[in-house]
Amino acid sequence: MATTSAAPRVRPSAARTGQPRMSPRRWFSELGWRHLVGVVAVVFAMFPIVYVVSAALSEGGTLTGSNRLFGEVSGSNFSALGDSLFWTWLGNTLQIAIATGVGTVLMGAAAAYAFSRFRFRGRRAGLTALLVIQMFPQMLAFVAIFLLLIGLGNVMPVLGLNSKLALIAVYLGGALGVNTFLMYGFFNTVPRELDEAAKLDGATHAQIYWTIILRLVTPILAVVALLSFISTFGEFIIARLVLQSERNWTVAVGLYGWVSSLLEANWGLFAAGAVISALPVLLLFLFLQKYIVGGLTAGSVKG
Amino acid sequence: MSTQSTLDDTSTAAGDGDAPGRPRRRLRSPGVPHASGTTGGLVAKLVLMAVVNAFGVFAILAAWNEGSYGILAAMVALLVAADWVYFSRRTLPLKYVLPGLAFLLVFQVYVVAYTGWVAFTNYGDGHNSTKEHAIEALLVQNERRVEGSATYPITVLERDGELGFAVVDEDGDVRVGTAEEPLAPVDGATLDGDAVTAVPGAELLDRRQVLERQDEVTTLRVPFSDDPEDGSIRTQDARTGYVSTSTLEYDAEADTMTDVTTGTVYSPSDDGWFVSPGGERLNVGWRVAVGFDNFSTAFGDSRYAGPFLKVLAWTFAFAILSVVTTFLLGLFLAITFNDTRLGGRRIYRTLLIFPYAIPGFLAALLWSGMLNRSFGFVNQVLLGGADVPWLTDPWLAKLSVLLVNLWLGFPYMFLICTGALQSLPGDVMEAAKVDGAGRWRTWRSVTLPLLLVATTPLLISSFAFNFNNFTLIYMLTNGGPRFADASVPLGHTDILISMVYSVSGLDGTAAKNYGLASALSIVIFAIVATISAITFKRTKQFEEIS
Repeated sequence: MATTSAAPRVRPSAARTGQPRMSPRRWFSELGWRHLVGVVAVVFAMFPIVYVVSAALSEGGTLTGSNRLFGEVSGSNFSALGDSLFWTWLGNTLQIAIATGVGTVLMGAAAAYAFSRFRFRGRRAGLTALLVIQMFPQMLAFVAIFLLLIGLGNVMPVLGLNSKLALIAVYLGGALGVNTFLMYGFFNTVPRELDEAAKLDGATHAQIYWTIILRLVTPILAVVALLSFISTFGEFIIARLVLQSERNWTVAVGLYGWVSSLLEANWGLFAAGAVISALPVLLLFLFLQKYIVGGLTAGSVKG
Repeated sequence: MSTQSTLDDTSTAAGDGDAPGRPRRRLRSPGVPHASGTTGGLVAKLVLMAVVNAFGVFAILAAWNEGSYGILAAMVALLVAADWVYFSRRTLPLKYVLPGLAFLLVFQVYVVAYTGWVAFTNYGDGHNSTKEHAIEALLVQNERRVEGSATYPITVLERDGELGFAVVDEDGDVRVGTAEEPLAPVDGATLDGDAVTAVPGAELLDRRQVLERQDEVTTLRVPFSDDPEDGSIRTQDARTGYVSTSTLEYDAEADTMTDVTTGTVYSPSDDGWFVSPGGERLNVGWRVAVGFDNFSTAFGDSRYAGPFLKVLAWTFAFAILSVVTTFLLGLFLAITFNDTRLGGRRIYRTLLIFPYAIPGFLAALLWSGMLNRSFGFVNQVLLGGADVPWLTDPWLAKLSVLLVNLWLGFPYMFLICTGALQSLPGDVMEAAKVDGAGRWRTWRSVTLPLLLVATTPLLISSFAFNFNNFTLIYMLTNGGPRFADASVPLGHTDILISMVYSVSGLDGTAAKNYGLASALSIVIFAIVATISAITFKRTKQFEEIS
């Protein structure tokens, strides 16, 4: 399956012990330079992260004061977060991102199942239409989204501006376009014979879907949920327009507000907030990186 | 890969058009129960449908109350579709597609179509609503106190959370109204001389409360009657109210506005204003279709066309260079770590993924601090106290944007290149070696082409992503540094999408111009779609999807 074939396999012992000892010069031309490149690349990749952790732990909250890496270590920035709305924002963000992630998976998987397993009129056209629609990012239509929500809000305030539910609904509007293809390809890898056998045993299509197919495509579900979670977590433009009162903001909108106007004053607070809000995503990512790599490449790599 | 073979299987089985549906359906024996095979499933379905119907009916009633007939029609259509799909036996595929489809239709297809419509109107500040609303607003805005008009004793009160006036009229009757509801007689109000002492269902404000809400009270206008021509009651001291009427008069027959003080007649123009013969116009307009005006503004109006072309060029440069730089660095690193003898590969790989796992907005904000000219880490520490204007010099700002995007984007390219390299067929390399190709030759003629075939779709989507990489630009430089000619709030690092955001006026820095913003959105869509379509066609992506 796509996930496993694309995941990195390390076979150190067999390869290494099989080799005769190399001369230093040959070692450098074949392996040593790779370590050199690796170290340089890791420094490039990591120094901003080290810096932000240090800034979060610094005593003062200013930009200048954060330049001495780990000069003094204190939790004052983190405890200061308690006096702000940061935790409310993080809670909002998690609610919105988790709801969007779950909704995206449910809708995308159901659609992918239909396209993969049923043959119906308009199937081909439907797939092509999805491909075309996903070229128009929702973000581009933010003016129309804003106007639509004003209209909806007059009828049902819960779906209008400044509602988290409305924002989730807007995000779910993009659920099919982006993910159906990723899932569709994966669903096709599940052998059709399984369905046929279950059907002969008297299973309904709903039973086949919930009890057979969904269990076999769990990796792609995890990837789609995660990608959706991450992109929702960092989405700014629509969240900024929809969520108008400070209590409803997401982390992206809130942290932007902290540093856009008063870069100097709130820097330590921002750094602490950044570290905390990056952590869940980072951990999820590292934990699931094997699947993500598979998911990213599954759609494209032709074997 | 197995994906591919299954895809081919289905497409051959499917043949073309709609023929394949029938044989497949016949496979199911007629006795097999349908969706309602299990009682648990049936109950769940009924409960869900009950909830959906309840919500739908509620929304329909609410839309009816508000007079929002567009929403009403859409809700009826969606509700009928939902009930038909889930209670009919002939809509099997739709049962699975409908939930996503409903959201897609409302929040993506509709908004895209709506964007297309707004692009051809002058929707924006000054043209916010219909002509009807504009007339109403003009009448209200031009209200003046009529010289020598009667004054009435009034009392400020609060009813249902809204401020209102209780007015004692000429006959000594008490009439009550709010901004929303015109004055109307009330029963059961008590009077002490001229002062109202109690009104049923409302709370009178005392002196202190009035002082606290002074601004609200002095701006409150309560319509005298249902007819806007009668004017409204206003007050300055919360004790006496006077009647003010509009200096404008609308003549519905002739569709003109007349200023009663000067006698000037304003007639409606094609672009949504009331205009006098002398060319003066009244300050509230309405939405009208303006054809391609917004597009010609973008390309022709000197205030926009110059910045627009610069922004367009930079958008292309930014998107292309972003893809190229991240891809090259990612590919280089993927090759570097693609040697199985290399120790610590897993550690390198994990550490290199870090930037990709940091949400983009955090990274952009973080870098904007680090690149700060006076206090930033880069100037102060890495460059030992240098004074490099990273984000404030036009060219350096562009370079910074590209560098930050390189930092953010190379791990993604590294991941996909690693994946692609590992899934390359070994036998082809062997064959190349047998044919006597050297390392470089194999790489150039075999590996790279195969790699590009595998990664091109992702490179295109990466291009499309960066073409609209709003977050990075907005958070890192906010489009700055500004263009020297400051007629529009745009700058050297603005890309099209951030230009759309500025032009729309939704961030509050400029007058709202939804029409022009939507027109620019349509231009972006056309560009991205064209590029994607051409490239996808070339990579035969279209043939492989079904």
